[in-house]
Amino acid sequence: MMEALGVLFSNFFSANTQLIVLAALTPFLLAALGELVTERAGVLNLGVEGMMIMGAVAGFGGAFLTQNPWVGIVTSILAGMAMALLFAFLSITLVTNQVASGLALTLLGLGLSGLIGESFVGQPGVKLPTYAGIDPLMIAALLLTIIVALMLFRTRWGLIIRAVGNNHAAAHALGYGVNKVRYLCVLFGGACSGLAGGYLALVYTPQWVENMTAGKGWIALALVVFASWLPFRVAAGAYLFGAISILAFQIQTYGWGIPPQFLNSLPYLVTILALVLISGSRAIAKRNTPAMLGQPFVPDR
Amino acid sequence: MKKLLMTVGAIALAFGAAATSAEAAMDKVKACWVYVGPIGDFGWSYQHHQGLEAVKAALGDKVETAFVENIAEPDSEKTFERFAREGCNIIFGTSFGYMEPMLKVAAKFPEVKFEHCTGFKATDNMGTYNAKFHEGRYVIGQIAAKMSKAGKAGYIVSFPIPEVVSGINAFMLGAQTVNPDFKVEVIWANTWFDPAKEADAAKVLLGKGVDIMVQHTDSTAPLQEAEKAGAMGFGQASDQIKFAPKAQLTAIVDNWAPHYVKSVTAVLEGTWKSGQYWGGMGDGEVAMAPFTNLPEDVAKMAMETTAAITAGKLNPFAGKITKQDGSVVENLGDGDILGMNWYVKGVDDKLPQ
Repeated sequence: MMEALGVLFSNFFSANTQLIVLAALTPFLLAALGELVTERAGVLNLGVEGMMIMGAVAGFGGAFLTQNPWVGIVTSILAGMAMALLFAFLSITLVTNQVASGLALTLLGLGLSGLIGESFVGQPGVKLPTYAGIDPLMIAALLLTIIVALMLFRTRWGLIIRAVGNNHAAAHALGYGVNKVRYLCVLFGGACSGLAGGYLALVYTPQWVENMTAGKGWIALALVVFASWLPFRVAAGAYLFGAISILAFQIQTYGWGIPPQFLNSLPYLVTILALVLISGSRAIAKRNTPAMLGQPFVPDR
Repeated sequence: MKKLLMTVGAIALAFGAAATSAEAAMDKVKACWVYVGPIGDFGWSYQHHQGLEAVKAALGDKVETAFVENIAEPDSEKTFERFAREGCNIIFGTSFGYMEPMLKVAAKFPEVKFEHCTGFKATDNMGTYNAKFHEGRYVIGQIAAKMSKAGKAGYIVSFPIPEVVSGINAFMLGAQTVNPDFKVEVIWANTWFDPAKEADAAKVLLGKGVDIMVQHTDSTAPLQEAEKAGAMGFGQASDQIKFAPKAQLTAIVDNWAPHYVKSVTAVLEGTWKSGQYWGGMGDGEVAMAPFTNLPEDVAKMAMETTAAITAGKLNPFAGKITKQDGSVVENLGDGDILGMNWYVKGVDDKLPQ
């Protein structure tokens, strides 16, 4: 048993396995970073899954029709932003309920993507090139974590975004365009979710099938909350989730008789537990929760 | 009010009269399908939809079809009821979980015929149908054992239900006819359809040195991973050669068309009877995609096995079979296979309960 454990761990920490983990965490990380910025500005967009699936179908379509994967990357981002724009118009301009609009966005995305993608079913996709198992979007996701962290906490823009998310009335009184900032942050979130979907359809499993995001958008949403709206914690949570998923599969192949249903629930359990523990300090959690999350802003005058 | 009630009564009577005469031949039949997944899954629901298309092609303007996709089990009852009210003569439901809802609706609408895929409960107006997928798995087991240099296959599975377990067993029995020491590494993905998760499982298996990828989940992802890694594999539910031109050796293709055409025609002619139908290769319901990327002798062996099963000369579960725990069973009947919850000897995995 001890020997087997040793083999398991040397296996798990091999470069090969870590690359699998890196690929597994990338879609979560991309989508979660986008949603983090959106929520930091005080907007709760539950439509991540819908934006992601639209990104997947648009990414596949763009790459398939032009036979150029890079075009697919661009179209996936644009599709995510188009969906986000719709959400922003509904929830910011028309001041509809954010929870309801977000859920509607998810349903719309799942349905619309199926309609758009009908002719793509059963067609092999165009792959984004990888270099020694590393694809450009993995690196982009890691860089984006650093950029988002620096932007939010080390720049004036970040300060404005957080001000808008924490006290929109005060930000408005200081002369910042609250709704303009929110529009931009929602669009950024859409771009990231769209790219996450594009990653699935262009790198991970180059194909289009309906519902191919299979709930990944919801996991990304949960990561943001459990990581108490901090970019590096989101990255840590995404790594943990990806790593435990892969580890659970590896353990299954050792035939130790651990019920696979339990192993398959481990990523969820461990990630939530770990993030709750590191976010255990209520002071930190409170300081980082956007106070205006989900509340619309209508200027008095 | 009284008038309204009388009208309702008259309509009901008219319907009743129509129902009793429904056993006679009809001019036109309406056939309706309820799918559990999207028809764009290129797997399970897609193949059922191909069956619908075949019915349209076979019966032309004598048939009107309707379908709804993506119906989760809890929503299925009202979907069946809606179809029954809209005048469907026969309604097909394509998920195991539809069993109880369909039974309820079938009892309410005795004049409508119902058919439930993969279930085991039947009534006078509700039959069941299923396919002997394990016959195909026996064939790919033989191919796997011939083609694997590592002597070991990776097998990605969804849920420990009899259909899946009997598939693993048939695969191993086939493989053992070629290589008695053949090994299989099993990963339970706990999903029917999640391309990314299936890809992860495939990557883990390939990382452990398997060179043959087998799956009982619905996306093309594991086969695509095999292609990427230079390994080989088998398509699931439909011919997936386009996704893995170098890796796919064959695919087990679900072909529901013959059964659907037969059933709908029977309703049209007034000869439909409830029953429990379980078709295999001999009925054309399970088919093998072209054998590709194989040396001549292996392809020949696979074709011979397929022909023997099709002709009814070979039954994967015939004769004596040693279970994983060492006990021996023989003369397994259909019921034993439809309820299989044990592994054969040689499967190196503990069956989740």
